[in-house]
Amino acid sequence: MSAIEFDRPAFKIEDLWTDSRWRGVTIQVIAIAGLFAFLAFIVNNTINNLESLGVETGYGFLSDPSSYDINQTLIEYDSRSSHGRAALVGLLNTALVAFCGIIAATILGFTVGVLRLSGNWLISRIMYCYVEFTRNVPLLLQILLWHGIVVHSLPRPKDAHEPLTGIFLSNRGFSLPSPVFEEGSSFILFALIVAIVGCVVFTRYAKRVQEQTGKIYPVITINLGMIVILPLIAYFLAGMPISLDWPALRGFNFAGGVTVTPEFVALWFALSVYTASFISENVRAGIQAISHGQTEAAYALGLRPNWTMRLVILPQALRVIIPPLISQYLNLTKNSSLAIAVGYMDIVATIGGISLNQTGRALECMSIVLTIYLSFSLFISLIMNWYNKRVALVER
Amino acid sequence: MTDTTQSYAPGTHPDLPPPSYSRGPIKWMRDNLFSSPTNTVLTLLGAYLLYLAIPPFLDWFIFDSVFDAGSRNECWEKGDGACWSVVVVRFSQLVYGFYPEHLRWRVDTAFILLFVALGPILYDKVPFRRYLIGFSLIYPVVAFFLLWGGMGLEHVESSKFGGFMLTVLIGVTGIGASLPLGILLALGRRSDLLVLKVICICFIEFIRGVPLITLLFVASTLLNYFLPPGTYFDLLLRVLIMVTLFAAAYLAEVIRGGLQAIPKGQFEAAMAQGLSYWKMMGLVVLPQAMKISIPGIVNTFIGLYKDTTLVVIIGLLDPLGLSQSILADSKWQGLSTEIYIFIAIFFFLSCFGMSGYSIYLENKLHTGHKR
Repeated sequence: MSAIEFDRPAFKIEDLWTDSRWRGVTIQVIAIAGLFAFLAFIVNNTINNLESLGVETGYGFLSDPSSYDINQTLIEYDSRSSHGRAALVGLLNTALVAFCGIIAATILGFTVGVLRLSGNWLISRIMYCYVEFTRNVPLLLQILLWHGIVVHSLPRPKDAHEPLTGIFLSNRGFSLPSPVFEEGSSFILFALIVAIVGCVVFTRYAKRVQEQTGKIYPVITINLGMIVILPLIAYFLAGMPISLDWPALRGFNFAGGVTVTPEFVALWFALSVYTASFISENVRAGIQAISHGQTEAAYALGLRPNWTMRLVILPQALRVIIPPLISQYLNLTKNSSLAIAVGYMDIVATIGGISLNQTGRALECMSIVLTIYLSFSLFISLIMNWYNKRVALVER
Repeated sequence: MTDTTQSYAPGTHPDLPPPSYSRGPIKWMRDNLFSSPTNTVLTLLGAYLLYLAIPPFLDWFIFDSVFDAGSRNECWEKGDGACWSVVVVRFSQLVYGFYPEHLRWRVDTAFILLFVALGPILYDKVPFRRYLIGFSLIYPVVAFFLLWGGMGLEHVESSKFGGFMLTVLIGVTGIGASLPLGILLALGRRSDLLVLKVICICFIEFIRGVPLITLLFVASTLLNYFLPPGTYFDLLLRVLIMVTLFAAAYLAEVIRGGLQAIPKGQFEAAMAQGLSYWKMMGLVVLPQAMKISIPGIVNTFIGLYKDTTLVVIIGLLDPLGLSQSILADSKWQGLSTEIYIFIAIFFFLSCFGMSGYSIYLENKLHTGHKR
């Protein structure tokens, strides 16, 4: 046996373009060269511009005093604090509104999604109208609308609405009683942690027992009981260390308690209502994606309707619902940057707004904001990929 | 009944109408509103909520509203409802912004021609479609000269643009320019060429990872650093570029989903026919992939259209920006709800129309292969 020798034609220069083996390489080399030329152009321009403007660069300004106030702070902050601290306050404000928004939007979205599938014509029509109206109107407009309603339609603090004792709604925001933690509060926190660990252990135990013997414990009731009762016992044992600070009218505004600013209320309402309509569509699509045969099969096995929903339909629907749900959470977080329109001091408004204007460090400030959002969304997509891999159907 | 006594031979009894509870509106209500105790409660609750919400809203919206008043206080004397006079008085500003009054016919012409240009693209039963498509292709140039001036028309600064005209301008340009770019990005992301693939992935993930506002800030504050000294870039043009890039990244992901859904056999069959890469994509793969991704594409377009409102934050005068200046006028202070609802209605109609068209298109392209 002799090896077959192919007569390869000699390499010609036009092969770079006409031969498909070489064309790929050529295109990629051109692409890399173009990319580097572009980057070099931008970097070169930036350096030249910065030099000609005589602007200092570097992140040292972050430790300079910020000399501006922020109307809502979760951590200690005043105008003598640094720009870095202002950025942190902004970041926490973003996190706060995103967190509250995600919880409200999830609850509202799931409720609306399920109700839209309801056999009740009136209810499903109402939900349809809600979804269409909120989805088709820009979020920024909704934020401004809510803000206008809170600021213009609610009374002045003097004649504030009081729907529940100690809760005041006025155009300066919502005043709520706030808890005051005294000595011994950490004991309650400890009890809560113990209760949560206990729940996890008990759930695992109950599952093992059920798999081995078929005996079913009322897991949810017992867990809820543990989480409520243990901290409660700790509260009384420690001598009731938590008291409430009630808001009261002093002069033209409320003092004491905690005041939720109208900006936060407007942003939170608008984000939740807007995102909920998208979530509800995901939920509806997820439930509809489960074939009716699953329901029929579950009924044929004698499962009750609510068990069918809980044990057969929902676990399968969640596989479809959760990926778009998480990207809605991401959207909500990114949309919270619209806060700047009503003056809620989030990360864009603090470091990317006032700090930027005061120091003129546009490059540094914007890079901080972009990096924060980017790392957050990459983190979320990592979680999503992990989840998708975990729940993917294992097919042979 | 008289005929209870009448007897019939077997099989000759005339058909009786169905009982009243199993036909007509009563049957429908029993099925759809009162089918179970829970449903009955829900229906009554829903009806009660509607009763609480709708009449006061209609009173405010129409019956007690005021259309002809010179100021806020005059409005409030005339009625308790909405003060639509603010919209009536400032209507032309809300539509055209500060576009010079004697040149506004150019905006109107461009707007009407937009529909002439869109018609043959959106519907295939338009008469003379072949020639009109030619017009659609040159429409951007025509619109550019009409809006900005040139070729004998008086020049208008883009800082004078505003109102709904600006919204439509940014929206339509963004939609038109982002679709081809999105397709290219999606193809690049699915490409075998590693370098192209990595570049596309980085671009898409970067754009999708940050809010549009920050990109607009970059466009308005940072772009000067990146360009050679002395280059002047119109703010509107920067916004158009950023909005287009932003929408293109989202479109690319939607179209990638469509590409992934095309079975490998389609690619292989096309290659076996000897089609080149672009012919394979253009004639075989993309038509199918685009059809699958229509809902996602239209959703992205609707998102882009709604996102045009964000330009107010970097100082362009879209309807929201104009409403801020109207509300700052002491004559109309505090009427934010009226103006915002008016703008909301405009956006609702446009976006609802777009989603309606997407449903029409899906049905038209539905070839019976859907499971």
